[in-house]
Amino acid sequence: MTLTQHDIDQEIAAEHAAYEKRVADGAPVEHHPRRDYAPYRSSVLRHPKQPPVAIDVRKDPELVELHSPAFGERDLGAIDNDLTRQHTGEPVGERITVSGRLLDRNGKPVRGQLVEIWQANSAGRYAHQREQHDAPLDPNFTGVGRTITDAEGRYHFTTIQPGPYPWRNHLNAWRPAHIHFSMFGTAFTQRLVTQMYFPADPLFPYDPIIQSVTDDAARQRLVATYDHDLSVPEFSLGYHWDIVLDGPNATWIEEGR
Amino acid sequence: MTKIDTSRPESVLPTPSHTVGPFYGYALPFRGGEDIAPHGHPDTLTVHGYVLDGEGEPLPDAFVELWGPDPDGNVSTTDGSLRRDPASGDHLGRNGVEFTGWGRIQTDANGHWYARTLRPGARGRSAPCLSACVFARGLLVHLFTRIYLPGDEAAHAADPLLAGLPAERRDTLIAKDEGHSTYRFDIRLQGEGETVFLEFQ
Repeated sequence: MTLTQHDIDQEIAAEHAAYEKRVADGAPVEHHPRRDYAPYRSSVLRHPKQPPVAIDVRKDPELVELHSPAFGERDLGAIDNDLTRQHTGEPVGERITVSGRLLDRNGKPVRGQLVEIWQANSAGRYAHQREQHDAPLDPNFTGVGRTITDAEGRYHFTTIQPGPYPWRNHLNAWRPAHIHFSMFGTAFTQRLVTQMYFPADPLFPYDPIIQSVTDDAARQRLVATYDHDLSVPEFSLGYHWDIVLDGPNATWIEEGR
Repeated sequence: MTKIDTSRPESVLPTPSHTVGPFYGYALPFRGGEDIAPHGHPDTLTVHGYVLDGEGEPLPDAFVELWGPDPDGNVSTTDGSLRRDPASGDHLGRNGVEFTGWGRIQTDANGHWYARTLRPGARGRSAPCLSACVFARGLLVHLFTRIYLPGDEAAHAADPLLAGLPAERRDTLIAKDEGHSTYRFDIRLQGEGETVFLEFQ
């Protein structure tokens, strides 16, 4: 039997209600999705059944995971953070600027660390050979960028507004427009890969990936804010998105947290 | 609301994780991602294996990041894993001389991955090990695990993580010696022989 949007809507609602009940019964707020989230069908065979084994980093400050790989100037090309200039011509679509700060759980900036992004083009097509969506490729847009955060933890990208696109989780499944982000912190424990969304996308309620974040406030933290000060006159619209890395780092130990 | 007011600690809450999805392949993997060891280094080892799902099927759309100390147990602070060619903007690969300690390896169409890196030295109370982080389509939050090398029973017995695990689960964290400094480490995301995954607190 074909899996419909209606089926998925019901599963999403049931997962959301179960989460609300857990919190009402005293369970902690969940900032991240559960790896076992069946409305996103690909998760079914790819999540561990055993609970993760906890490591208390305060007991061993020498853990390799409390350090992070280093990235520097030689790891960046001069225009790696401008996805509109990587080809000879102009890409098609609405130019946008995306900027924000990379922070740790204490609100401290994460300086000099790598931020990588990738995305579909304005028609909702990835420059990936296994992509089946028959929207046009753009010869002037690949959709890959990277940068290193500055002394205030700030990052900045110029790119094209990505399009929404269909996928095959269920019949008539569409992903809201998003940009994939990958970040490093000061500790490998803070590693984060996620997706940034755009304000008020009508596809949010239908998408099992964004809805896998069952906490309403946490889900809002994946949505960028339109920021007129980041818009560039005659050129691009601006979006602001701050990122907070989870996971312990060396600061936690110093402060005895 | 995604402008974080750092003067209000209660508003500094984690950005949720999401899956990498299926289409990261033209963005994240890089040339030489698996060649972490400087060329010709005598303490080079190869570690390889499959990433498998709950039905034992290999994942062709996963990647593994490795992060480990050098043979003396020192953590690298050297950049240069992702060196770019300033003329073309393409990946140059590592320089083959410096050790950055970090690599990123995409599984191939058979779900297999491999890396050549330096034999990790012991740090703190831990037996020598490599930290590994697994990402895949379908995986909503990445998974941390560790790759311990076989042979040093005393170090394993004293390792706080290994010592706290039942034997059959502990064995999922210990690579198999295949000779010639080559070690096999399969990552089973679910089911029988499920790899031990870690949560840092």
